[in-house]
Amino acid sequence: MLGKLSWDAIPFGQPIPMAASLFIVLGVLVVLVLVTWKGWWPYLWREWLTSVDHKRIGVMYVLLALVLLLRGFIDAIMMRTQLAVAAGGAQGYLPPEHYDQIFSAHGTIMIFFMAMPFMVGLMNFVVPLQLGVRDVAFPVLNAISFWLTASGALLVNISLVVGEFARTGWLAYPPLSELQFSPGVGVDYYLWALQISGIGTLLAGINMVTTILKLRAPGMTYMRMPVFCWTALTSSMLIVAAFPILTATFGMLLLDRYVGMHFFTNDGGGNFMMYINLIWAWGHPEVYILVLPAFGIFSEVIATFAGKALFGYRSMVLATLAICVLSFMVWLHHFFTMGAGADVNAVFGIMSMIIAIPTGVKLFNWLFTLYRGRLRFEVPLLWAIGFMVTFVVGGLTGVLMAVPPADFVLHNSLFLVAHFHNVIIGAVVFGAMAGYYYWFPKAFGFTLDKRLGAVSFWCWLIGFYLAFTPLYVLGLLGMTRRMQHYAEPSWQPYLIVAEVGALIILGGIVATIAQLVVSIRTRERRRDLTGDPWNARTLEWSTASPPPAYNFAVLPQVESLDAFWAMKQRGLRAPAEEYESIEMPRNSPNGFVTAFFAVVTGFAMIWHIWWMAILGLTCAVLTLLAFGWMERVEDQVSGEQLAEAERARLRPMDAA
Amino acid sequence: MPTGADRRPARWRAPERARLLWLRTCAALAAACLVGSCREAGVLDPQGPIGSAERLILLNATAIMLVVVLPVIVLTLAFAWWYRASNARAVYWPDWSYSGHIELVVWSIPAMVVILLAAVGWIGSHELDPALKLKANARPIRVEVVSLDWKWLFIYPEQQVAAVNQLVIPTGVPVEFVLTSATVMNSFFVPQLGSQIYTMPGMTTRLNLLAARPGDYPGLSANFSGDGFSDMRFLVHAVPATEFASWLARTREAGPALNADAYSQLARPEGSAQARTYSNVDPNLFEQIVNPTAPPATAARQEH
Repeated sequence: MLGKLSWDAIPFGQPIPMAASLFIVLGVLVVLVLVTWKGWWPYLWREWLTSVDHKRIGVMYVLLALVLLLRGFIDAIMMRTQLAVAAGGAQGYLPPEHYDQIFSAHGTIMIFFMAMPFMVGLMNFVVPLQLGVRDVAFPVLNAISFWLTASGALLVNISLVVGEFARTGWLAYPPLSELQFSPGVGVDYYLWALQISGIGTLLAGINMVTTILKLRAPGMTYMRMPVFCWTALTSSMLIVAAFPILTATFGMLLLDRYVGMHFFTNDGGGNFMMYINLIWAWGHPEVYILVLPAFGIFSEVIATFAGKALFGYRSMVLATLAICVLSFMVWLHHFFTMGAGADVNAVFGIMSMIIAIPTGVKLFNWLFTLYRGRLRFEVPLLWAIGFMVTFVVGGLTGVLMAVPPADFVLHNSLFLVAHFHNVIIGAVVFGAMAGYYYWFPKAFGFTLDKRLGAVSFWCWLIGFYLAFTPLYVLGLLGMTRRMQHYAEPSWQPYLIVAEVGALIILGGIVATIAQLVVSIRTRERRRDLTGDPWNARTLEWSTASPPPAYNFAVLPQVESLDAFWAMKQRGLRAPAEEYESIEMPRNSPNGFVTAFFAVVTGFAMIWHIWWMAILGLTCAVLTLLAFGWMERVEDQVSGEQLAEAERARLRPMDAA
Repeated sequence: MPTGADRRPARWRAPERARLLWLRTCAALAAACLVGSCREAGVLDPQGPIGSAERLILLNATAIMLVVVLPVIVLTLAFAWWYRASNARAVYWPDWSYSGHIELVVWSIPAMVVILLAAVGWIGSHELDPALKLKANARPIRVEVVSLDWKWLFIYPEQQVAAVNQLVIPTGVPVEFVLTSATVMNSFFVPQLGSQIYTMPGMTTRLNLLAARPGDYPGLSANFSGDGFSDMRFLVHAVPATEFASWLARTREAGPALNADAYSQLARPEGSAQARTYSNVDPNLFEQIVNPTAPPATAARQEH
């Protein structure tokens, strides 16, 4: 009846997982009780859970990312603490079967459920506003995408309470992830969570590409699009091209595990090298899916706070497109040590180095945007400067490992771990934090606390260097990744410093939470009535903060790059006297309900509860179909309503 | 605004101090690390020609890139400092966003660096191809490496001896490794000797190394392989040729035989395995481990 599921799945005997489970269950219960107690359900359902507004969905993506950042970071602190004590003969406090789950979950969560939703969320929120349009191309699909991503995140966290997570590392290389070597449900949790969220991500990518290619304000030609839109376009094209590979690869591994096929097994003619090639054919573009939007954010932030147009716009666009194409041609550098011949290794090494050219161009262009600017050191610019300094170091160590013979001694060492944290924290996380602070007033109508923002930045920056510089050194000393304990006592001091660094980063995360709380409590003092708190350049700042559901009462006319800046220079505002009525999509519970059944299906498949899987899948498909046939999907907003809303928005600005 | 000796507004002083403090901390840390790395084992302390060549490439490539990276870091901080909004002396060009000359320079600088590094990479990849046999005066010895759950088996096919978790090799003699795995993928890595290479079930990889000086060099698996992974350590004893010969003789006398039975005993999953030796090694053993018709090497692991 319940497949493999039994009371044994709950970790009663193990204090640490049990405490974590209780903590999560209690946390969820407290939230549910609070929402019920306060009577917030109708509001939540109406305004958020069923919303198809790209801004609301963007905000929910970012919220998901921030929550999962906490989860992933707790994993990180646990690992650092384990390694700070497990020296010499000591085993530390985490046994291998638990430690292995933690590093696998840390990687999986941070990439798929922290970095991805953060970037997709910011793109969702910002791109339609920057393009000067009212929503994405497929608003209901957008909601489905988000809720499927959230489903995956939920499944990963259920694994903490019921069963276990994968003990295979974040990419679950076979044959280790095959049934023979990983008979438990951990790998199944990993696979189903990522299959479900992967479909969500693919749909989000399709939506974003369509939006940017087909929906732009009148006059918004490609070469007038803000650079962030360009990076969102390239990132989304990479999603569309790369995520099907991931889905197919995981699909084959699932077939191996569930029906005894032999794609990647040791026997029966399987070949796991194929998996490693395929997973990196997705995995390397994935790096750029994450980092390109971050580059876009920095381009916006640096131009805005330098009070200057971005230097070398065309160069930036060209570099972005070059990175997009090149990112598909370098995957083999993740396994130079597999024994491919010298020619193959050298070609892929050189291709990898070539990516450094457009990336270097970007850095120089940001540098020349700072040059002869008038820099206002708001928090986003701090992140941007911190990024530029940190990222070149990460770039250096990356190119170093693109040299195959150097990689032969650095591969899979802590040097590698330090390198990819250097670029992912230094670029993706710093970019996400900059974007979060920069666009927060647009989303909520008030600014975030500046002082706590600066505290967060300095903690992250100092913490990053303290946490990862020792890892570079340890890599050179010959320490490899994913060790649960180590024999060399001389490594311990470095790992203690790394732990201190991680704790300082924790301070940065606490400062970010405090910043949110303080800013909400003092929001009346921080209202942004102008809609343009940073004196910025692009169209999202030309509408109210927060923007109305329809974004723009009248679609803006775009005549140049940095359209809003140009409008301000010309002294234009409040464009129209006449307002045409518009149609806005109605809310739809489609995404939420489909995702609910996706969770049921995934959970049932993980535990081999076949009847429940069939039921869940049927219900999910029926939900999609039922809502697909709905007749009335749009609401009218009349011209009078628009005119009234616009007058209300402009009144305080005229008074000022 | 600017007054007297210190022209900077007060609010700039705190971040500046913080930055200085941070720079000093980093510098101190980097110095400590460098000193530390020189003393201790690792890839910066190579004991053979492959490791030395790789360290040279590592240092050269780093130096080439630092030529560009250091100025970029300095310029970033300098521009950020000088063009602060409160600096009345800084020039402000709000509309300046294009310069063909600068564009040419910013594309050429990284391109030139990459051309240089590409040459380093191409030559290095070919000269240090792990499968390439080393030139030396001595006749090379062959060692067959098998990664097991969770230990290393080293077979000396010509000498018909084998050892677990310890690898005795003569100094100055090229060692031709042929590697496979009887379980999941691992990576054979002796940081002080140089290149690592994956060990993969059902296939073989090749690696050629040489220890120039006698000594004990730690080796380990560099690719995660399951719960016992952290204990997949071994020690390389590089010894003079005479000592190696006497070790061989001792081992031939001492150890139990390594036949199919002993092997299937050995292949059982086990954490922190003791170093041990075998004599009379079945000459076809390695072939049988690689070949799928060999008896099953690893039983299914236990579910936790």
